[in-house]
Amino acid sequence: MTTGAADTDHGAADAADQPATPGERHRERREIHGEDLLLSVRDLHVYFPIKSGIFIDREIGSVKAVDGVDLDVPRGSTVGLVGESGCGKTTFGRAVLRLVEPTGGTVHFDGVDVAGLAGEDLRRVRRRMQMIFQDPMASLDPRQSVESVLTEPRRAHGIERGRAKSVGELLDLVGLPASSASRYPHEFSGGQRQRIGIARAIALDPDLIIADEPVSALDVSIQAQVVNLLEELQDRLGLTYVVIAHDLAVVRHIADVVAVMYLGGIVEQASSDALYKAPYHPYTKALMSAVPIPDPIIEDTRQRILLTGDLPSPANPPTGCRFHTRCPYRQPTRCDDERPLLRVMSPEHTVACHWAEQIHAGDIQPRASAVVEAAVRDEPPRQGVPIPSDPDVTTLGPPAGV
Amino acid sequence: MPAAGHLLDVRDLSVVFTRKGRRDVRAVDGVSFTVDAGETMGLVGESGSGKSVTSLAVMGLLPKRGVRVGGEVHFDGDDLLTLPPERMRDIRGQDIAMVFQDPMSSLNPVVPIGIQVTEVLERHQDMKGEAARKAAAELLDRVGVPDPNRRLKEYPHQLSGGMRQRALIAMALACRPRVLIADEPTTALDVTIQAQILELLKELVRDSGAALVLITHDLGIVAGLCDGVHVMYSGKIVESALRHTLFAEPRHPYTGGLLGSVPRLDAPRGAALHPIPGSPADLRPWSQGCAFAPRCANRVDPCMQETPALETSPDRALRCYNPLRADEEVPA
Repeated sequence: MTTGAADTDHGAADAADQPATPGERHRERREIHGEDLLLSVRDLHVYFPIKSGIFIDREIGSVKAVDGVDLDVPRGSTVGLVGESGCGKTTFGRAVLRLVEPTGGTVHFDGVDVAGLAGEDLRRVRRRMQMIFQDPMASLDPRQSVESVLTEPRRAHGIERGRAKSVGELLDLVGLPASSASRYPHEFSGGQRQRIGIARAIALDPDLIIADEPVSALDVSIQAQVVNLLEELQDRLGLTYVVIAHDLAVVRHIADVVAVMYLGGIVEQASSDALYKAPYHPYTKALMSAVPIPDPIIEDTRQRILLTGDLPSPANPPTGCRFHTRCPYRQPTRCDDERPLLRVMSPEHTVACHWAEQIHAGDIQPRASAVVEAAVRDEPPRQGVPIPSDPDVTTLGPPAGV
Repeated sequence: MPAAGHLLDVRDLSVVFTRKGRRDVRAVDGVSFTVDAGETMGLVGESGSGKSVTSLAVMGLLPKRGVRVGGEVHFDGDDLLTLPPERMRDIRGQDIAMVFQDPMSSLNPVVPIGIQVTEVLERHQDMKGEAARKAAAELLDRVGVPDPNRRLKEYPHQLSGGMRQRALIAMALACRPRVLIADEPTTALDVTIQAQILELLKELVRDSGAALVLITHDLGIVAGLCDGVHVMYSGKIVESALRHTLFAEPRHPYTGGLLGSVPRLDAPRGAALHPIPGSPADLRPWSQGCAFAPRCANRVDPCMQETPALETSPDRALRCYNPLRADEEVPA
């Protein structure tokens, strides 16, 4: 710990400037005026009740899956939502489409509050918001031919044949041969199945597509094909994406703006470049240092921040900052007592951490036990790695220049 | 015979699945590799490349019916493939242990963690009762499970994914094995938990001097953890080298393609991805040329006719007629 007395004073002064009550969070949050927002989510809450009792279902608590999330999605852009399993990112996506009922908050889609819609009005809006699911095998009916899969959206919304894209057009857009129409999902490989799922999502010319882990079920060499396809379709059809994923590298590649979620709330949001260049929030830092990079030289020289423990239960989230139980930068009392609000660090960058500036300036250092220094592996003088060969086992020399 | 006396020496391993009325499936086809104490060896490949079947064959865990296993697996002077089952049962868990991918499906859901960990100790170390329980608690503590005495009484569903994987690693380490085979040990876990588990594995190799065979599809994990890397495609090793050599200069088009198709956290944004066309399911049998040929940008005529041999040079082994040149830009 290098925090001196002077630094602490500085920290206290800063703290006084910040809004003190959760009610002020909206005023504090950056308001985007003039920007063409396709989707604007404010203070979204999704609580799942926990019930108990044999005769009477008594509600004994709730799982706070999404707990006060604000998100703006400008038209034509891609917003990425990253976080670990259980952080509420999937529930958020489903609540935006009203596939689960939000407990509170508003979801404005193109100026209309989706949360208040019902019946025919909701159906009309839903046509313009589509979803791509994670597991292409589980989200396609095995007994439905591709043609039937791709015409069902049109039939469901009662659109005449000529007024939506034809099956041939759709297959062409996603790079599948026209002969696929009469085939069934099991005849396709994982990547091709995901293409069918994408074709189904664009069948009704939607404006917004929420892609929930669109590539995580696919083989490495296939993931890039699907990522490239999504980008190409965005250019050709002017789509707006919300990409939900746990893979930071994929999200960084595809998204313009990235929001990091932890335990039901957004902890940091910034343009993709700014976030990866200079993450402020300790969780973002830890998350990024945990992603393996396929380059031994970098892997040997980077410092890692290891988080201890697991995600706390969203049924009983920690007081104060949700992250304080695992945070290597935790400071006494304030982190435990007060939930940090999203604050503006720079025009494109908001972060929910009391000590973001001090951590960024290096005044607050992480606990030493959480930091794994680079190159702790002392490479012994190795005779080399034996490599296979058909007649004899030969030995590799040590790599040049290492 | 194993020439230099490697700890584990796999030679020309092949696994063929046979089924009446169906064509034989050659899942592993002439795979050779060695591992020594204190060394981490990576086996990389996509689904269907035969990497998991390789590990099951080494462990002797493949069913007897419908499977033909060929080649030799030398460990400690024995050929594991010819050992009688009762000898193999002594070695398995004691000298060679395995960590599986999905901890939920490899732990018994109706048996408390404690019994599952002590079972290994009772079987191999003749420990009983309180001594075994204490040893199990120590093991859980060592792999970073907090409050091990309470956890021993709990069932797998009461543990988080990371904790379950730790329990599984504790079981594998119970008898201080000399070879640890980890099959996608972190694929089911979140990145922050993955980092914890990888750090744990790294420590264990350093402290115990065990040999680690790490099976994964994630090139990033290999880059940080492994000494040597073998890249598998459709049952055969297509390229092997030390990690620095392999990542700096991939020569096989498949290795280069894999590296070019993963988005990197440190790459400038907007850098295009270069996916490998086709899918791993578009297989050609190796007997009719190179299995990767249908997806390969570097394909030349012989690729479709004759199986390329694994050519050994001082710093790598390579199975390709038209490799990426050393000075060639890796599509990245």
